[in-house]
Amino acid sequence: MTPEQTMEPIAVETLLQRVQKMHEDGYRLVQIHATTLPDKLEITYSFDLDLRLASLRLHLPLEEPRLPSVSTIYGCAVLYENEMHDLFRVQVDGMTLDFKGNLYKTAVKFPFGSTKAPGVTCAAIAPAPTPKPAAGAAPVK
Amino acid sequence: MARTIIPFGPQHPVLPEPVHLDLVVEDEKVVEARPSIGFIHRGLEKLAEKKDYVEFVYVAERICGICSFIHGQSYCQAIETIMNVTVPPRALYLRTVWGELSRIHSHLLWLGLLADAMGFESLFMHSWRVRERVLNIIEATTGGRVIFGSCKIGGVRRDIDPAMITHIQSEMKTIEKEMREITTVFMNDRSVKSRLCGVGVLTKQEAYELGCVGPMLRASGVAQDMRKLGYAAYKDIPVEPITRTEGDSYARCAVRSEELFQSVDIIRQALERIPDGEIAVKVTGNPNGETIMRTEQPRGEVAYCVKATGSKNLQRFRVRTPTFANLPAMLKVLQGCDLADVPVLVLTIDPCISCTER
Amino acid sequence: MAFFQMTSLVMKWIFRKPVTSRYPFEPRVPLAGSRGKLVFTDGNCVYCTACAKKCPANALIVSRDKKTMEIDRLRCISCGYCVDVCPKKSFSLGEAHSSPVTTKSSELQIHKSGNEETGAPKAAEGNSTSAPK
Ligand code: SF4
Ligand code: SF4
Repeated sequence: MTPEQTMEPIAVETLLQRVQKMHEDGYRLVQIHATTLPDKLEITYSFDLDLRLASLRLHLPLEEPRLPSVSTIYGCAVLYENEMHDLFRVQVDGMTLDFKGNLYKTAVKFPFGSTKAPGVTCAAIAPAPTPKPAAGAAPVK
Repeated sequence: MARTIIPFGPQHPVLPEPVHLDLVVEDEKVVEARPSIGFIHRGLEKLAEKKDYVEFVYVAERICGICSFIHGQSYCQAIETIMNVTVPPRALYLRTVWGELSRIHSHLLWLGLLADAMGFESLFMHSWRVRERVLNIIEATTGGRVIFGSCKIGGVRRDIDPAMITHIQSEMKTIEKEMREITTVFMNDRSVKSRLCGVGVLTKQEAYELGCVGPMLRASGVAQDMRKLGYAAYKDIPVEPITRTEGDSYARCAVRSEELFQSVDIIRQALERIPDGEIAVKVTGNPNGETIMRTEQPRGEVAYCVKATGSKNLQRFRVRTPTFANLPAMLKVLQGCDLADVPVLVLTIDPCISCTER
Repeated sequence: MAFFQMTSLVMKWIFRKPVTSRYPFEPRVPLAGSRGKLVFTDGNCVYCTACAKKCPANALIVSRDKKTMEIDRLRCISCGYCVDVCPKKSFSLGEAHSSPVTTKSSELQIHKSGNEETGAPKAAEGNSTSAPK
């Protein structure tokens, strides 16, 4: 189809550096989203430059996912990051505007965090029975 | 000077949508605006895990009541991309026609609401009078007035017959004439100009950095329009983004006014060149794959991130709607504005909070 | 002059018939092709439940044994998906829209064995409003 899309797996440690590079290259932040996979959390950052869509992807453990904030580089990222926090329980450190879980008013806390995955329930964070891969370790592909 | 916090919304006479702002004001100047949204979060993204991917078109259409068709279309395009479905050309043209009709009705709605926010009630009525003609065409061709329900995976569900095409073409002439009368008022009237000119200026650099999309970005001079990606019939009908350089509220109004006529032009071309043939192909199997589909809605670029794993339910369905991307810019332009300008500024981003919260 | 543009628009419309209608006294006639109230034709239906499985709003409850079709009018979004999937063409979409109701009730349609039909509309709005104008 039409859009030229690239998807590049990165590690959490290199996130800020890569996003900084994107910013310097003149990319516009299109969106950030998270997906709950059976065993991990997948975070995608999409950028656009002249209709080319470049995405960065990283993986986080389901248990206590933690991310550095890119809002110091892209100011508009705060909304996406707060959204990720409110819906997926991702702890984003250093947001320039932190709603502290009050961006969305949901009856259930963190509704999009997987209910199927062991050790993670909607309402509370229960300790997981099985150890999870470390943050950013070996993204798929 | 002491600071006062004025709560604004979610229920406010000028706000058509539930967004709450805490306006920190010093005298009459807004120093800071702190938003809170989330009053109508419906969890539609989560619903994708319950509904099968074919039924989900109806849910996608209901994300927003104004850009409804383009939501359905983007969703279908995303699934079609994943499943490698080739949509018949006639269906692509029909989608384009309906998409542009929905752009016209959305922009007319916005112009009306803007007039209403300024207190120009008669202009508001006239905008909506013209919009009614567009809605009638939509109802006659798709069966719904705002929820079209005519897009499906693999094509469209209804055809437009030649008699109807002739009718639309002649209706378009009237609509164009009437829109011209209204937009002349918007562009030249002294009271409109004094409410809009120089209010809420966003420079090109700021607009781009803040991730603005759609008319908001184009009014600041960035020529970006997702229709240039060439989806649907836009590969045959080239679209030149309409831009302005001022970046103020007046420029945003001007961009949207001009886009009305651009859409009329696209509809006219599409109806002239519409090929004959099938309107849908049969789609079997389940999607497996991932894509990010971007289309241009009346309010700007929408991004559909769809991930499927070969079962009939999607694994992840995520929509980044245009208003979500425009909110940071709204907060930016609110800083330092007059309290009386807040309604106009909130409206110039064409806020659609319902789709923002999905 | 800018000021007179609005004036001329207003003057033009001051002498015209209003485009609005006196709604409750003059009900709006839906345009041809409008997706209105769902019409179920008894007699053809074989109670295969295909429509109920496909309905995106879960508005249909079909019982194979009791041979009943229940349409929840307040859930139905008039999308017409059931019209497309029914192998027996038992459904069609009327142009008129269902009338507002004050209580939630569904409409049960019972099909007795043989071909005699007993449409037993329970809901207050009846079943005849869907005739095309
Ligand atoms: S209405 Fe059609 S699809 Fe539904 S149960 Fe009857 S025959 Fe089957
Ligand atoms: S029209 Fe749509 S919502 Fe109504 S019963 Fe049929 S499938 Fe269900």
